[in-house]
Amino acid sequence: MNTSVIISYDGSFDGFLCVVFASFEQHLQISAIHPEIELQQDFFSAPLLILTEEAKANRVKTGLTKCMSATSRRKLYWAFLSELPGIELTLLQYVQMAFKESKFRGTDFGDSVILRVTQVAKMVSREKHRMEAFIRFKLTKDDIYFAGIEPDFNVLPLISKHFETRYADQKWIIYDYKRKFGLYYDLENVVQIHLEFSEDIKDHAHNPKFYDTSELEFQKLWQHYFSSTNIKSRKNLKLHLQHVPKRYWKYLTEKSSLLN
Amino acid sequence: MSFERIKEKLNILADAAKYDISCSSSGSKRANNNKGLGNSDGVGICHSYTEDGRCVSLLKILLTNHCIFDCAYCVTRKSNDIKRAAFKVQEVVDLTMNFYRRNYIEGLFLSSGIFNSPDTTMERLVAVAKKLRLEENFNGYIHLKSIPGASDELMMEAGLYADRLSVNIEIPTISGLKLLAPDKNHADFIKPMQAVKTGIQQYKNEKKIIRSTPKYAPAGQSTQMIVGATGESDRDVMYSAAYYYKKYEMKRVYYSGYIPVANDTRLPALGSPVPLLRENRLYQTDWLLRFYGFDIRELLNEEHQNLDLDVDPKLSWALRNMHLFPLDVNKAEKYLLARVPGIGMKSVYKILEARKHRALNWEHLQKIGIALNRAKYFIHCNSREWEKRDLSALQVKGFILQNSQSKFRKEYSNQLSLFN
Ligand code: SF4
Repeated sequence: MNTSVIISYDGSFDGFLCVVFASFEQHLQISAIHPEIELQQDFFSAPLLILTEEAKANRVKTGLTKCMSATSRRKLYWAFLSELPGIELTLLQYVQMAFKESKFRGTDFGDSVILRVTQVAKMVSREKHRMEAFIRFKLTKDDIYFAGIEPDFNVLPLISKHFETRYADQKWIIYDYKRKFGLYYDLENVVQIHLEFSEDIKDHAHNPKFYDTSELEFQKLWQHYFSSTNIKSRKNLKLHLQHVPKRYWKYLTEKSSLLN
Repeated sequence: MSFERIKEKLNILADAAKYDISCSSSGSKRANNNKGLGNSDGVGICHSYTEDGRCVSLLKILLTNHCIFDCAYCVTRKSNDIKRAAFKVQEVVDLTMNFYRRNYIEGLFLSSGIFNSPDTTMERLVAVAKKLRLEENFNGYIHLKSIPGASDELMMEAGLYADRLSVNIEIPTISGLKLLAPDKNHADFIKPMQAVKTGIQQYKNEKKIIRSTPKYAPAGQSTQMIVGATGESDRDVMYSAAYYYKKYEMKRVYYSGYIPVANDTRLPALGSPVPLLRENRLYQTDWLLRFYGFDIRELLNEEHQNLDLDVDPKLSWALRNMHLFPLDVNKAEKYLLARVPGIGMKSVYKILEARKHRALNWEHLQKIGIALNRAKYFIHCNSREWEKRDLSALQVKGFILQNSQSKFRKEYSNQLSLFN
């Protein structure tokens, strides 16, 4: 039996597919997979670095398309975007199972790997939906609708399409402060962008330096709407928090304190 | 646009509209292929939640709260001493567009007091929807109230711009309606419902022949009933609901626990608690009818005129039908699995898939997400352990309540978190 190795890779999905490639090609016994940034130097077991090569990644993709159903492939990608520590190893096992079957559907929920991937994909999907719901655009002086977010998982690639179809006639930016990249829609296409922020864009959500003069007024109107739609005799804060956990409040115009 | 003035109107007219609990923005498909603003892709998004846990997905307002009628259960009634206001058509259009662009909402839900005649009111509502669609290229969701008594022609036009149309029945029984809304006529409610149903069918038929036929109210129609205002039984409410589902092909019926808004001897006094738990039970029953394959007569009938408050209607049904259980999870048919307390539709699907691969045991079932503390009395699986005592329905109920008492107390919502 081969001794087991620790793998490091660049953290991208293509990179992960190259790890899959290497594991098959070199018959590796893998005990852990880490994205480079996360890796703690351990003198006793220097990790094996797998480089990302598009051609290899594509070969794996083709292979996966052949043996996996669309849903089970989606679960693979979505669970990957969770960036949860250790998820790569679970996903590798998932892919290995898929390659063993010819028509893998990933519905054997009695299996712990399949169940885990399904559950993590579900968590990511929940975050995707939350972002689609909770993102609040603010109209900037440049006529661009801007929203800054810090999602738990890397869902930007998943929400792009939704916003592109919906807001086809306005320019917009959705920026992930945590992962330091964003999406910019210029009325034609969505492109990835990197921005340098002065600290104040984050803190002054309605700083007149950046935003259109009417912006604050609409935010206030929305807050008024939100508070008058509440029915006091039905108050149920517990349920409220279940739907809108506190960590999402920072996005929500209706939860900020403009009115006070 | 004068923001001060708009703010005042918004406060009054959103406040008056909030008692209409329907917020659904789902069930419509409207693609954004004119490079305009917005789309509806079939699933509604809740952009926020009120402090009472209700979904906020639409800008829900009245065009005006001036009203010539005096329905006892309504805040907007003529005799009520409140501030009145009215939006201009353009103001509603601007608000909708600006809120939508900021991703606050999925669209507009526009209702109105009847300020002059039913037709003038309906005409104004249609004007808003028309402007949004034709001038602003708006493809978001639009829900218009059908004004009782509005003409068929207007209803036909309304359906061309709106995704959904609804008339609120409000009072489930005709006798209750006579008592509380003496100047309203039951037939006036039915008329626009019938018109919309006809419209939907007509456009569907034409679409089969000419593919470019425009959409007519693609998200269908819905209605709402107030419960707890007139002493009606749950059976009265649910049989009416079943009737409207069938006869007018309603997409949804909503149940709204009566919120006291008047000191009127015909109604529960101001300050009486809103019957939230009862409302929740009605929603669960509705759910069982629409997704779990139950017939209303199984759940409510001559002997059981009201739903149990202490247990949900599915458990209540199972307890009355102990002779059907226990089921073998690894063999039972889909429709029977769906009837096991503690197993929701999602779990049913998972069981059906997973049992193709192996015989499931308790651990599998738990991981799949089944509420075993309830289900275990009604099933057995690939395990030697199962409930072998011959327990009576009463005993089972006792055990289940013992384990979930606190959960039930918390369960004062209409969000259906109770079936798992
Ligand atoms: S007609 Fe409608 S708005 Fe007017 S009082 Fe009756 S329920 Fe209220």
